[in-house]
Amino acid sequence: MRIVIGLAILILGSTGGEIAITHGMKSVGEPAQLRPLAVLQFLGRAVRNGWFWTGVPLMALSFYALLVLLSWAPITLVIPASALSYVAGTFGAKFILGEDVSTARWAGVILVCIGVALVAAG
Amino acid sequence: MPSEQRLRIKTLVMVLALVVCANVGDLLLKRGMSRIGAVELTAHGIVQAFRLTVTNPTIWLAIFFLIGFMVSYMTVLSWADYSYVMPAGAFGYAVLTFLAVLFLHESVSPRRWVGVVLICVGVLLVGQTKPRTTEVAREAVVRCESS
Repeated sequence: MRIVIGLAILILGSTGGEIAITHGMKSVGEPAQLRPLAVLQFLGRAVRNGWFWTGVPLMALSFYALLVLLSWAPITLVIPASALSYVAGTFGAKFILGEDVSTARWAGVILVCIGVALVAAG
Repeated sequence: MPSEQRLRIKTLVMVLALVVCANVGDLLLKRGMSRIGAVELTAHGIVQAFRLTVTNPTIWLAIFFLIGFMVSYMTVLSWADYSYVMPAGAFGYAVLTFLAVLFLHESVSPRRWVGVVLICVGVLLVGQTKPRTTEVAREAVVRCESS
């Protein structure tokens, strides 16, 4: 049971963190140009965005959950199971960020999820 | 160049940059830390590991690449869908497997090859969808127009 809770914290932490950062970056707006100065100005705006600082601790929590999980369960279970974050992330993108996830994108995400689980399992 | 095509190209370039930075950063970190050796979990051991870490140029190079990963990830997410960038980034697993075979002459299990093929097909499927399906925030549009 504690492994399931740990995995849930790992997956929801990383997904939640990345969704918060995505939301923050979308509200900051893209750099006017892809040149060093414009990107630095963009980063300056990004680190003053509250959503960025909501995302970072969630990702740190997820990393901590990974360390704890690795002491409870074999790595061959933990890393492949964490590939579920691709599916969780896509649900989050659709229902929280309002992205239009087409059938082709869903199919791609599910293939990537299974593929990453197989590669991580060795 | 049509804006749709321009968006696709700049998204793919940034995804490539983040995949390269993340994997090179991880490999350098692994190389740097393995030179330092196993860290003893005592106060003295941690202090010594910290001293060795901050004076190791390989670790600094790894940190440089990992910062590059974070910057390119944040930048691409400012215009592209999360559900587009996240699976596309998994392409790194396939690249690492090819590099391990080509340069480290590692043997790769059939299961792992199946995984690599599934990742490549999945990334191709995601890659041919529209990189952005949401509207850019009004605030961001105003800022872009004024700059």
